[in-house]
Amino acid sequence: MLIKIAKPSDLHESDVTPESIYLSRRRFMGGMAGLGAGLALSGRVHASDAYTDVPEGNAPPWLQEKISETEWRSVTPTDPDKDRIAPFDDASGYNNFFEFGTDKRDPARHAGSLQTQPWSVVVDGEVNNGGRIALEDLAKPSQFEERIYRLRCVEAWSMVIPWLGIPLADIIRRAEPTSNAKYVRFETLVDPEQMRGQRSSFSIIEWPYVEGLRMDEAMHPLTILALGMYGRELPNQNGAPLRLVVPWKYGFKSIKSIVRISLVEEQPLNSWQQIAADEYGFYANVNPEVDHPRWSQATERRLPNSLFNTNTIDTLMFNGYADEVAELYAGMDLRKHY
Amino acid sequence: MGSHTRRSPHGQTKWWIWRAGVFLAALAPLLYWSWMVANNAAGPEPGRYLLLNIGTGGLWMLLLTLCLTPLTKLTRWKGFALIRRQLGLWALTYATLHLLSYALFILGLDWSQLGSEIIKRPYIIVGMIALIGLAVLGATSNRWAMKRLGKRWKPLHKCSYGILGLVLLHFFWVVRADMQEWAMYAALAALIMATRLPPVARTLPKLRTR
Repeated sequence: MLIKIAKPSDLHESDVTPESIYLSRRRFMGGMAGLGAGLALSGRVHASDAYTDVPEGNAPPWLQEKISETEWRSVTPTDPDKDRIAPFDDASGYNNFFEFGTDKRDPARHAGSLQTQPWSVVVDGEVNNGGRIALEDLAKPSQFEERIYRLRCVEAWSMVIPWLGIPLADIIRRAEPTSNAKYVRFETLVDPEQMRGQRSSFSIIEWPYVEGLRMDEAMHPLTILALGMYGRELPNQNGAPLRLVVPWKYGFKSIKSIVRISLVEEQPLNSWQQIAADEYGFYANVNPEVDHPRWSQATERRLPNSLFNTNTIDTLMFNGYADEVAELYAGMDLRKHY
Repeated sequence: MGSHTRRSPHGQTKWWIWRAGVFLAALAPLLYWSWMVANNAAGPEPGRYLLLNIGTGGLWMLLLTLCLTPLTKLTRWKGFALIRRQLGLWALTYATLHLLSYALFILGLDWSQLGSEIIKRPYIIVGMIALIGLAVLGATSNRWAMKRLGKRWKPLHKCSYGILGLVLLHFFWVVRADMQEWAMYAALAALIMATRLPPVARTLPKLRTR
């Protein structure tokens, strides 16, 4: 196991714990902090200390406040030397966000046109408590946590990113899903005026960009909705103001600039599966044994790299989160359900 | 490809400057990209930056090379024909550097992986065939080879259009989300090829402006 959940008592995140106990685990850990034992102590590292060269964002006051109350280093890599956090400039300058163009630098160049305030999200489908919810109301009831995750792109590169966000499970619980809710479907904003990539008539993607998760994947404690990274709010090119982060799946599953979260009965058709079902599946779990038809997935280039050191490392099953998530897929043929 | 004979410009300073200027212009992008990498301005994956830019640059060189014959017909300016071999060799140079970038900066010289990648990935095979084709044309672009090959030289070098097609296929296979850039190159290629169709080719000289 390469990541360390700051919860030494639990071996398996997927052994679903009653919510009250789950929510109290941070307090439990706080009590354990005195024991040391190599724990990344909550609160020891504050954002202002850790990310000195990160430019200030333009977060609204409520978001600044939530960020200041973040539980820092809530999930960290077990080997911080191996999984070094990528420089902010790389994480915010090298993006796949086709709404703003296809070049890796396009999102950083063109996402400035995106208006993220005000923002609201429609929560609908198989829920008893849905509706259009202002981002502030959606995020405020939850404790912000910093999650330092590996991000493995389907294109065989990866970076380590410190996200700030809330468990997706919080949002789903509050929506009160009905018994018909089997999957969660997400949509990105469609607005060609703000998103120049959506104006291209040569685009293969049918907007909106759609992603989906199975209910148990969505409820998994590692799955978060991120509102920030590097101790600040998300830059637009990284999916501001609200994006999904599912660290054991290829990056394209982690949909950006979300405007709609629907609880549904049928498995959603996600955008990349719609474009090329032979190359991209619904599950898209990181899997070194199942190659993309056009390139190998056995290794990845950890970025930033340099010309003569590609920094190529072995790709790990479920991106190194197998201890936490492998059980979700027990008995499934992952070659078939890629 | 033209039937006109190559008139030697040796000793003519004007043509020497023209050729040297073209040489420097074709070299400049390579220097610029290297400079960007050396100054950490090429992003977190400089190898991929070089790979993609050099690949696109090679496509440009090939397109420019194939423009020259129609341009010569259209303008009768001798300068275009004088740089055809040079630009063709630049296309070969870029293509070679593109493959080297892939082997060095993407595969990290893991040759076993290169072997399996080439066999498994169709776009790499297509790219390799195009590169071998360019190498054959490059190797037969000198006077000695032209003399040796005689009448066979022209049809052999018309393969450059086929190579352009392979390069576009190679590119097409790599595109993930938006065809706009690819479509632009494909349209340029189609335009160039159209000028070589006999009816169009016959008309070009008549369009010549004085």
